[in-house]
This record gives sequence, C-alpha cells and structure tokens, in this order.
Amino acid sequence: MASTTPPTRTANAQLTRRSFLESVSTGWFIFTAACIAGLSATARFFFPNDLFEPPTRFKIGLPENYAPNSVDENWKAKYRIWVVRDGEKIVILNATCTHLGCTPNWLLTEGKFKCPCHGSGFYRDGINFEGPAPRPLERFKLSLAADGQIEVDKSRKYQKELGQWNDPDSFLKIS
Amino acid sequence: MEFAEKIKHFLDWLLGPVTFFLFSVIGFGAMIAFRGWWTRTPVALSLFGLSVVVFLLSMTDAQFRVIIEKPDNIPIVIMLCSIGFLLWLAFRKMAINDGLIEQGLPTIEARESKKRVMCWPDLIYSEFLIAILVTIALLWWAIEIKAPLEEPANPAVTPNPSKAPWYFLGLQEMLVYYDPWLAGVVFPTLIIGGLQAIPYIDMNTKGNGYFTFKERPFAITVYLFGFIVLWVLLIMLGTFLRGPNWSFFGFFEYWDIHKLTSLNNVNLSEYFWNTWLGMPLPENIFLRELPGFAVVIFYFAALPPILANTVFKRFFIECGFIRYNVMANLFLFMAALPIKMALRWLFNLKYIVGIPEWFFNI
Repeated sequence: MASTTPPTRTANAQLTRRSFLESVSTGWFIFTAACIAGLSATARFFFPNDLFEPPTRFKIGLPENYAPNSVDENWKAKYRIWVVRDGEKIVILNATCTHLGCTPNWLLTEGKFKCPCHGSGFYRDGINFEGPAPRPLERFKLSLAADGQIEVDKSRKYQKELGQWNDPDSFLKIS
Repeated sequence: MEFAEKIKHFLDWLLGPVTFFLFSVIGFGAMIAFRGWWTRTPVALSLFGLSVVVFLLSMTDAQFRVIIEKPDNIPIVIMLCSIGFLLWLAFRKMAINDGLIEQGLPTIEARESKKRVMCWPDLIYSEFLIAILVTIALLWWAIEIKAPLEEPANPAVTPNPSKAPWYFLGLQEMLVYYDPWLAGVVFPTLIIGGLQAIPYIDMNTKGNGYFTFKERPFAITVYLFGFIVLWVLLIMLGTFLRGPNWSFFGFFEYWDIHKLTSLNNVNLSEYFWNTWLGMPLPENIFLRELPGFAVVIFYFAALPPILANTVFKRFFIECGFIRYNVMANLFLFMAALPIKMALRWLFNLKYIVGIPEWFFNI
C-alpha cells in the first residue's frame, strides 16, 4: 500500500528548469507589457481630446467703448483681464496677482486692485504698493485690428520690472 | 449700551495687528512668569469663568456671532478651548513638580507610575464610554451643522477673503510678510526639519517623563513660543481677525469691504537710498540691495557668534560648535517671522532684500 501514500510536494511538482524559466519569462513579459500600457495611458492623459482654454487672441470691441480714466471689468470672467484706460492710453492688465496667482478685485471707490488672498494692492496702472506682491501686474499685447476693434494677444506679456512697459505693443495710443 | 459699545471698541483696538501681537507676547511671558499663580485651581477657574462670561456677552453682538458660528470656525473655537485646558494642565504640573523637586521629593509622575489599574474594567470601560460619546457628538455635529459648500470653482473669481484650511492659516499669515519661496518652501521645511533636530540639539537630559519648567526653561519657552504664539495665535488671527481684502478686523467690527488701511509698503533699499541718503535708487541691482544683503548677512553670520559670547555662552560650551550653530540658526529663522511682522506693521517695511527682477525677495 505504499504506492497510495498522498503525493508529496516533490512528487507533485512537474517543475523542470525549462518550464520554470518559461513561466517566469511569460510572467515578466506580461508585467512589462502592462507597465508600458499603463505608462502610455498615463502619457495619453496629458494630451486630452478637448481643451477648455479660452483663445489667447481675441477682440474686445472699439477703443471708444472704454471711458477715459476707467477700469473695465467686463472681460474679467471670460479672459481674466482688465481693460484700463487713462487719458489717451489703453492697457490690458492680467487679472492675476503677482504674489501667488489669486484674482484681485477692482475697488472702484478706493481706485485700486486688491487681492483677497494676502492683501496685495495695486494702483490702477497695475503698480504694486501694498501687501506682499513683489512686482506690478503684468500687461498683455494689444493692437488695433483691421475692423477698428482692439485685439488682445495674451501670449505676449510685458513686465514693468524688466522695463517692458515702454514697448509700443504694450499699450494703445488713442488720438 | 453706550458702555458696551465702548468696551467693544476697546477690544477691537486691542485686536489690531500691533496690539494683538504685542499683548500676545506679553501674555505669553506672563503665562510663564506667573505660572505658579494662575495655575492654582481657584485662579484658573476664575479666569475660565471670566472668559466664559466675556464669550457669552460677546455672543450678543451680531458680528461676533457671525464669525464664531461659521461652520469653518467652530473647530477652531474648540481647539482654542482644548489648548487652554492642556496649557493649564501642563503648567499646573510644572509648578507643582518644580516645588517638589526643590524639596527633594519625588514628582507627581514618579508617584503615579507606582500605581496600577486594571485593564478591565478601568481602562476598557472608560475608553468604550468615551468612544460612544465622541460618536454621538460627531453625529450630532454632522447633522446639525452644514458643510460650507460653495459654488463650482472659477479662476476668475477668488472668494473675498480667501482663506486656507484652518491648519494652514499660520502659513498664509507668513506669506503676507515673506516671499512665497521663503514662507511657502524654506520656512515649512525648516519647521519640520528643526522639530526633528531637537533631540540631537538638546543636551539637557532632565525633564524626561515628568513635567518641569525650572529644569528646562529655554527649551519649553522657545517651543511654546513657536507653537502658541507663532502657530496657534496666527491660526486664530487668520480665522477671526482677517476679513475682506485680507485687512484686519476686530471681533465686533463689521467686515466692510471698503475698509481703508494705509499700507504703502516700502523696501529697505528705498528707505536707505531715497529717505536716508536722499539719492535715487542705484541702477546696479547689487548696489541697490547692498544694505539689505548686509542686514541679512549680519543676522545669520554675525549674530550666532555674538550670541555665543553673550546670552548663549553656556549653550555654546555645552553644545559645541556645530550643534550650537544649528541651534542658533534655527532660533534665528524662527525669530525672523515676528521680527518681520513687527517691521511691516510699524515701519511698512516690505522686503529687506527686494529683487523682483529675479523673484528673489527676503
């Protein structure tokens, strides 16, 4: 009756050196393939089919629509800009605080932009004067389109501390 | 009613930035200096009763109630109460133990450690009971007080005021005084690293397993200053005293979005060249920021040896060169925050070194 003893581990194992290497290589191949598939899916994730980004070039109407010495907030929600006009110059201010990127508010009665996050304040021309913001608000490029409207180009910005506010593209003279 | 209004105005004045911080520091010093007096049960109970009365009277004020009853702020009220209780408990034991040690008697903890209690029923029973009570309280809280949900996020609209989660309000307050790379990166790293470094810096073997103040006055004072004044009180300041446009508002002050505060901030370079020397700012950035660099280099390079020869003489001898310098620099970094806050509030000083061209401001 010795032959009916329950099979031991060694008797059960059909594992030869060759079959061990085969199964390990198959497993390793599947693991590598899964990793590559997962990584490519992750990489694909960074290139979505649809981007909800507002255009960087857009028209904001005729210069006459903007009253002298005013800050226009109508485009803030859509394009995150302010249109600021003093006497004969129009500039486009980026509505992003230069401290940590919150959106400041225009306080009409005080005549200043004020950031709700850390209290940075900017004059109407965008120059920082209170709170922690280290530099003035950035300006965007603007020009007159063929149909007489102002065209803003958000892909080009002008920073005062780099002396770029003298660039003729950073403001629009109105005769 | 007139009288109540006057008290409210006085308290609002007391909660202005300069007075709030000044009296916090004075109160902190008094808490340590008079620990034997205020921790005695009748005094502590009277202080507690007084604060409850002031709190309840304040609740009759509409503005105060609005701030206190915000769902976001209720945990902070609870936290302030529990911190007050724990401070009392620790200082009470410190005061008693210091007296016992002076007389050569064993400390409270040494006596208690000889006592034994049964795991069942003493420990499990009270744990079970507390678990039930906490569950009931949390359920009640979750049902009764609604989560402060807001509309979907919109990059063009930042809520006013925009507050960090309550445990980060100390960091947000730091960001008002220092540049993001310092207040958001360097200081938090130093806080975590510095706390981890304490066991390697601390050469005092006393105070292990029992409360004592007299045997470790420096360690306890510095730690509690960092925790109570520079963390808990800044959370309180950020929660209750910062309103729209991140302006200061007293407890009883209406959160007026048009509150005017003159905060014309000036860099040290402008003070130095324009105000004191009557010159225009130099074109060269390094020359322009020379006074600021001099101050910073003096602060971190010259102050440690000066302190080692004066107030920290004993530490320097005990700790040795490297350990002392790590300790002194961590200490100076910690002191940099209240120093900058005071400079901002008193002199409208914006940055000591201000190079916006390179995003480098101190």
